Amino acid sequence: MTRHTLIDKLAILADAAKYDASCASSGTTTRSSLGKAGIGSTEGMGICHAYAPDGRCISLLKILLTNFCIFDCRYCVNRVSSNVKRARFSVDEVVTLTLDFYKRNYIEGLFLSSGIIQSPDYTMERLVEVARVLREDYNFRGYIHLKTIPEADPILIERAGELADRVSINVELPKEESLGHFAPEKSQPVIRRAMAGVKVRLDDAKDAQQSRILRKAKAPIFAPGGQSTQMIIGADTSTDSDILKTSTELYSGYGLRRVYYSAFSPMQDASLDLPPVRPPLMREHRLYQADWLLRFYGFERKEIEAASTDGMLDLDIDPKLAWALRHRERFPIDINRAPRELLLRIPGLGAKTVDRLIAARRMTAVRLGDLAKLTKTVKKAMPFIQTADYQPGNLTDTENLRARFAPPPEQLAFAI
Amino acid sequence: MQIVHLDHHADFKAWQTQARTLCAARIVPAQVRFVPPDRGEAAFDFGTTDQANSERTVIASKDFIDRAERVVCHNDPSRYDRLYRILWRLQDQPSLMRNSVDDDVRWIIEADKAVQRDRHKMHAFVRFRKVGEDAAGREQFMAWFEPSHFIVELATPFFTRRFPNMDWAIITPYRSAIWTGDALRFDSGGRKEDVPAEDVVEEQWKTYFASIFNPSRLKVSAMKAEMPVKYWNNLPEASLIPSLIQGAKDRERALMRSVNHAPNPIAEKATYQPDVIDEDLSPTDISALWQQVEGCRRCPLWNGATQGIAGVGPSNARIMIIGEQPGDKEDLAGQPFIGPAGQLLDQALTEAGLSRDQAYVTNAVKHFKYEVRSQRRIHKNPTASEVKACNVWLEREIELVKPEIVICLGGSAARAVNGRPIKVGENRGHVLTRPDGLNFFITTHPAYVLRVQRHEDRPAAYPDLVSDLQQVAQLLAA
Repeated sequence: MTRHTLIDKLAILADAAKYDASCASSGTTTRSSLGKAGIGSTEGMGICHAYAPDGRCISLLKILLTNFCIFDCRYCVNRVSSNVKRARFSVDEVVTLTLDFYKRNYIEGLFLSSGIIQSPDYTMERLVEVARVLREDYNFRGYIHLKTIPEADPILIERAGELADRVSINVELPKEESLGHFAPEKSQPVIRRAMAGVKVRLDDAKDAQQSRILRKAKAPIFAPGGQSTQMIIGADTSTDSDILKTSTELYSGYGLRRVYYSAFSPMQDASLDLPPVRPPLMREHRLYQADWLLRFYGFERKEIEAASTDGMLDLDIDPKLAWALRHRERFPIDINRAPRELLLRIPGLGAKTVDRLIAARRMTAVRLGDLAKLTKTVKKAMPFIQTADYQPGNLTDTENLRARFAPPPEQLAFAI
Repeated sequence: MQIVHLDHHADFKAWQTQARTLCAARIVPAQVRFVPPDRGEAAFDFGTTDQANSERTVIASKDFIDRAERVVCHNDPSRYDRLYRILWRLQDQPSLMRNSVDDDVRWIIEADKAVQRDRHKMHAFVRFRKVGEDAAGREQFMAWFEPSHFIVELATPFFTRRFPNMDWAIITPYRSAIWTGDALRFDSGGRKEDVPAEDVVEEQWKTYFASIFNPSRLKVSAMKAEMPVKYWNNLPEASLIPSLIQGAKDRERALMRSVNHAPNPIAEKATYQPDVIDEDLSPTDISALWQQVEGCRRCPLWNGATQGIAGVGPSNARIMIIGEQPGDKEDLAGQPFIGPAGQLLDQALTEAGLSRDQAYVTNAVKHFKYEVRSQRRIHKNPTASEVKACNVWLEREIELVKPEIVICLGGSAARAVNGRPIKVGENRGHVLTRPDGLNFFITTHPAYVLRVQRHEDRPAAYPDLVSDLQQVAQLLAA
């Protein structure tokens, strides 16, 4: 086998990691190295140090320890049956790369994942070892996200949580049937049990934190950035409803910080049973919007489902607008009087705009022009609101309302 | 006209002192002009200002002060004047800042946002280059950065928290920040040439940047919105962007054709086998049964739950206690009766002279059934068919443990043991016997007791549960 240089390995193992959407570095404890040995800080808010031309944030050094893998998950570029180039980092190489990048202010920290080599336990031990060396030998206080392997021993997952800011376990496909078909070595129950184990430890750490005030002992830290997961969109036949059902179960059951949706994307040496397709980016976008509605806008899954067709979200308009168009009897909403939960239902008004609107209306009767100062999407809201100086009249019930917001049908391109 | 000269671009303290004095003396905003270094000098004298006004105490809301401390960094040459105007207005309208549709308030909010964004981008886009190491091995770095606003003092303390154990300097056109381990110093601005032109690690960084990019997701506008082109000059990786964009279509086309026709030979050597448990509906010992239950799929409930949960306790227990189904906490931990209802059960058992350790504790239904409301899992009653599907396990548990008596907590458990619905209220508190000779005893579920205690309409619910359990204790003692 040819020996790779460090740069070669980096190219292979970053390429192998790029199908994981997560790159967040937010939501952890505040840490500073001032007056201490070592390096690194975290301040709550994540930082994106660069953006790739795909518009995605680069916050962490996101790499695999190795892309050798004994699993054969068909949707994955690193599956054992694929003929991609393989490489493996040593623990020290990852540590050095992380510190070299960090000192130059390229990154917030490390997001380390791995193909499974030898056994889930062996692989998990190597991941944990990288985090341990960074934390204990170099006093690294930057962000660490460790991918955890659900088949690994719970003790190793616990150790990962003690060292990392965030741990994540990918469910990959929303339905057990699909997972069984495309990822024969994986199973949802194993994944969910691992997530439940993390949740129990997160809760324990939180309880200990709260009672610490009384006992003054140092509370054990466990993944202060919580846990997250990812689902691949468009590889199997799961509908948006299937996906959102799984998301709600995971959010409510295991307290996930984030469910990432990753459009299934062409990759090298794709499996014959999952041939390449263009990534369904709009579908991914709509799922994120629906996810936000569930978490921050007081929508229930059934409401979003009712505004879908055959379990699929409308690709042309956002899910809140789709819901509003089917519930016109609830509009117009008087933005000077309605409670927050109703304001959140107005298309075009985000949660921040709503909060600023509520502050403003305590001072003055808000007019349409005032609202336009608070948001750029006032046009979208207009059919659904009334203000001190504006009534939508028949606009709310106009038949072609959807057509006003949906993009015009695409012009066919002709080859010349 | 009062002209106030400020020595620094971002000098909140100086502005605050002057503004307080002027405002106290009731000098109207139109009569005041603040001149920071970035503002052209006033061309002529506007004459003197009337000083005859009586003094007053100047007030300002905390929100205003917080924002003003940042907004002095804005590149708007008239920022100090505008802040003074808001300060002036605050004297008559103390809650002005809350009116987010007022034009002055909009301005300060937007200016603050711009400054904070610039600070954030500075934290993100400064790129250090290694200069060397001192005799003690302490590393030294430098960076050249061009902020849009005057944020050096505001933004650089961040780097002292992150990199206190290396020396560094950040040079900008108007000001520099220098750290050598003790205090952050500020000095005059510099030039790009003051900073080394390269760093060996940049090759690795550029390799990473190019490799993490997915050509099938090209979205140049999204990238530019978050990483505006004005910063690209000082980002080593930005030099790759044009070629990455240009090559994206070809790379995607190649990937669309890249299909595996022959599996990698190493696949044959991969040996991982997940643990598979053969389905066995009549396991002969209790631990085999526990394994079976964990992976049970006899009804659809497994789908939303974490795991099937069988009973716990001695396999030769004299008492078996049966509840309805696991709850949220039980589902996560894989143990029955560990949540609030379990704690109440423990308490009631103890008061009745029994102990949980003596009993085999299980549920009629082994998976947690719930619906999600407002992001929380809310318990839902199992249907008759779900109870029936799970009955295989319950009956097997009864057969293996052979308890002298079974305590059914609530209606679902009673129905499961009885084989058909049976009213708790009418049948609680005495021993019933099944045709097969099994003795069972019905009482209320502790979750029910908790529920009615919260509503305080059944104060006797808990004592009734305890006295039912006392009867069982007496029976066993006899």
